[in-house]
Amino acid sequence: MRRIISILMENEPGALSRVVGLFSQRGYNIETLTVAPTEDETLSRLTMTTTGDDKKIEQITKHLNKLIEVVKLVDLTEGAHIEREIMLMKVKATGAQRAEVKRTVDIFRGQIVDVTSTVYTVQLTGTTDKLEAFINAVGEAQVLEVVRSGVSGISRGEKVLSL
Amino acid sequence: MEMLSGAEMVVRALQDEGVEYIFGYPGGAVLHIYDALFQQDKVNHILVRHEQAATHAADGYARSTGKPGVVLVTSGPGATNAITGIATAFMDSIPMVVLSGQVRSDWIGDDAFQETDMVGLSRPIVKHSFMVRDPRQIPDMIKKAFYIASTGRPGPVLVDIPKDHTAPHNTFPYEYPKKVKMRSYAPVTRGHSGQIRKAVDELLKAKRPVIYSGGGVVQGDASEALTGVARKLNFPVTNTLMGLGAFPGTDKQFLGMLGMHGTYEANMAMHNADVILAAGARLDDRVTNDAKKFCPGAKIIHIDIDPASISKNVTAHIPIVGPVKQVLEEMLTMLDEHDSGPDHKSLERWWQEIDGWRQVHGLRYEVNENGPMKPQQVVQALYKATNGEAFVTSDVGQHQMFAAQYYLYDRPRQWINSGGLGTMGFGLPAAMGVQFAHPEAVVACVTGEGSIQMNIQELSTCLQYGLPIKIININNQALGMVRQWQDMQYGGRHSQSYMESLPDFVKLAESYGHVGMKIEKLEDLDGAMEEAFALKDRLVFMDIYVDPTEHVYPMHIADGSMRDMWLSKTERT
Ligand SMILES: Cc1cc2nc3c(=O)[nH]c(=O)nc-3n(C[C@H](O)[C@H](O)[C@H](O)COP(=O)(O)OP(=O)(O)OC[C@H]3O[C@@H](n4cnc5c(N)ncnc54)[C@H](O)[C@@H]3O)c2cc1C
Ligand SMILES: Cc1ncc(C[n+]2csc(CCOP(=O)(O)OP(=O)(O)O)c2C)c(N)n1
Ligand SMILES: [Mg+2]
Repeated sequence: MRRIISILMENEPGALSRVVGLFSQRGYNIETLTVAPTEDETLSRLTMTTTGDDKKIEQITKHLNKLIEVVKLVDLTEGAHIEREIMLMKVKATGAQRAEVKRTVDIFRGQIVDVTSTVYTVQLTGTTDKLEAFINAVGEAQVLEVVRSGVSGISRGEKVLSL
Repeated sequence: MEMLSGAEMVVRALQDEGVEYIFGYPGGAVLHIYDALFQQDKVNHILVRHEQAATHAADGYARSTGKPGVVLVTSGPGATNAITGIATAFMDSIPMVVLSGQVRSDWIGDDAFQETDMVGLSRPIVKHSFMVRDPRQIPDMIKKAFYIASTGRPGPVLVDIPKDHTAPHNTFPYEYPKKVKMRSYAPVTRGHSGQIRKAVDELLKAKRPVIYSGGGVVQGDASEALTGVARKLNFPVTNTLMGLGAFPGTDKQFLGMLGMHGTYEANMAMHNADVILAAGARLDDRVTNDAKKFCPGAKIIHIDIDPASISKNVTAHIPIVGPVKQVLEEMLTMLDEHDSGPDHKSLERWWQEIDGWRQVHGLRYEVNENGPMKPQQVVQALYKATNGEAFVTSDVGQHQMFAAQYYLYDRPRQWINSGGLGTMGFGLPAAMGVQFAHPEAVVACVTGEGSIQMNIQELSTCLQYGLPIKIININNQALGMVRQWQDMQYGGRHSQSYMESLPDFVKLAESYGHVGMKIEKLEDLDGAMEEAFALKDRLVFMDIYVDPTEHVYPMHIADGSMRDMWLSKTERT
């Protein structure tokens, strides 16, 4: 099953390499990974998506928790949560395609953030599923370049991940 | 406040930490630290002959005392030579602090002379690591290194120190922190009482119980508590290779070691158990055989300080995360206060069954009437000559298994070996660490002619410091353990498992200034042992020729359950 694991960790050099190293060392896979400082500059927030059965996920979270720099960890998929990913995409926009792409962007509530005579650069935010649906709708043949941020997530309601 | 250079802070921090010995080898990146060491006499530096030996010596010191072992190596090759010893300590959860020199901070990343990314190289084999980025961090980092290494599940911690941060002309105010404050590291200090109570209820209901205890009981100083619980309940006890000595080897409740080369009775008791109390043991693959077939009828109570050890290989029914000493002590109190005791009737039947297994297939080997000596006879002679009281370190191979099976360890920390990594070359340097920590004690290193040659250069260190270690070289003229597998699984094709061109170990020992003895006949064995152990202040190298064809039994049959064993070359369960 796919999980979104969110980690608060010390904002120190080397901390990220320990997290990534743990995954390769123990044969776990990382699908996406995002990391950035938080409002408290001594902490960074790392979000990763991974897959595995319950036993594997249990080992992953136990080993992540053992890393000295990991302060707190939550598996967002255990409860209600919001997940977002941002995608920037260059799409061929010539002839009849130009209007068609524009319509699709509108349906998905994306934005065209840059334009040339042959190319639209589109920005789209949403869940991983939505981004993939958009790529399918536009049609792979039209796509010139895709950049995705990886998943960020936060739990719903009053629960917060903080010290 | 006192002003010290980075190098002086390193040495002073070691003093303030109460470090007696540091095992190391100098080189460019650590010369400032060596100069600071030279100008004091509280921390004794032991000069080894290879950095791998420094780590094993520190490890032997740690295993025999419970205090972290300390290592100092230079950058580049010094640091990489230490890797095997760090990995060895990591796999067996041994507290160790390794200080490694690094090139000057402004050269890092430029492929400078003797630069290696030691923090990166060691990352998967340390509990944690630090890189000094400012000399002012040194006291705090060293304090944290010792704290992390020795609390929770112990392990090695690395502190990498760029040379410029130890420069003598830059001084800084020094104060050694009294306490460690880390918001992200808080090892468990108590097991959950509700879980402990559940476990007690289960133990009291058990009809065919076994206590399976491991290295965590030794490292966690829980031997007394474990023995208390076992005696109170009259339950059989088996130990892992790492747990030997945590329960007295001569006690009648002791079934011997379990696992791949465990005793028949220990493995049978495990397989047929209805309740297993696993204490400070990690259900390793050398113990379980095929984990899917492991002890089919057993409820498993698992005490471990590391949640990641629990339900990793085998699912625990009652997990208890906590220090095994505290948990067992609380268990003992609950047992004392409980109005009922264990199920004596069932236990009596259970013991009868176990004694039956013991009688039929207890540890045994065939003696050659006129042929070569058996390796088991050597271990038994060692046991006799040392009254069972010596510290025994070992290398890796058949000799290690015989030393585990035939020497009965009555004290925790008495038996010192590399289990998790299985590092050949561990035995002699580890014995040095033990002898430094216990100068008056008898220390024997059981080894093989293959393993001893992996760190033979340490005979020179032993001469320098007058370490009277007794080396018991069980010489089967082969990489015996490898050959056993080749006999059993590769049609007897002995690919590269011969030890040809062996040195004359007697002359070798003598050239290092020690005493050498060669023993080829059984009738000379006891006398030679007596003679060797009477030489109280000399290192004696006993080169003992044994049957090259001997195998270690019992031996698990691969992919089977715990009860599937070879009992000799021809019999199996
Ligand atoms: C040639 C060879 C053959 C071998 N054959 C066998 C064999 O037949 N049988 C066998 O048993 N082994 C054998 N081994 C060793 C095996 O590889 C493992 O090293 C060993 O089984 C692990 O022992 P353990 O389970 O006691 O765990 P250890 O590695 O000692 O781990 C200790 C456990 O206790 C926990 N712990 C530590 N401190 C505490 C504390 N204070 N409180 C609570 N928990 C704590 C740790 O988290 C860890 O989970 C062999 C090794 C070699 C090289
Ligand atoms: C450093 C290292 N290399 C290889 C091995 C694999 N290995 C395990 S036992 C063994 C043979 C050991 O030979 P010896 O020391 O003579 O002991 P014996 O088995 O003959 O008693 C080998 C090569 C190992 N454990 N460690
Ligand atoms: Mg040999």
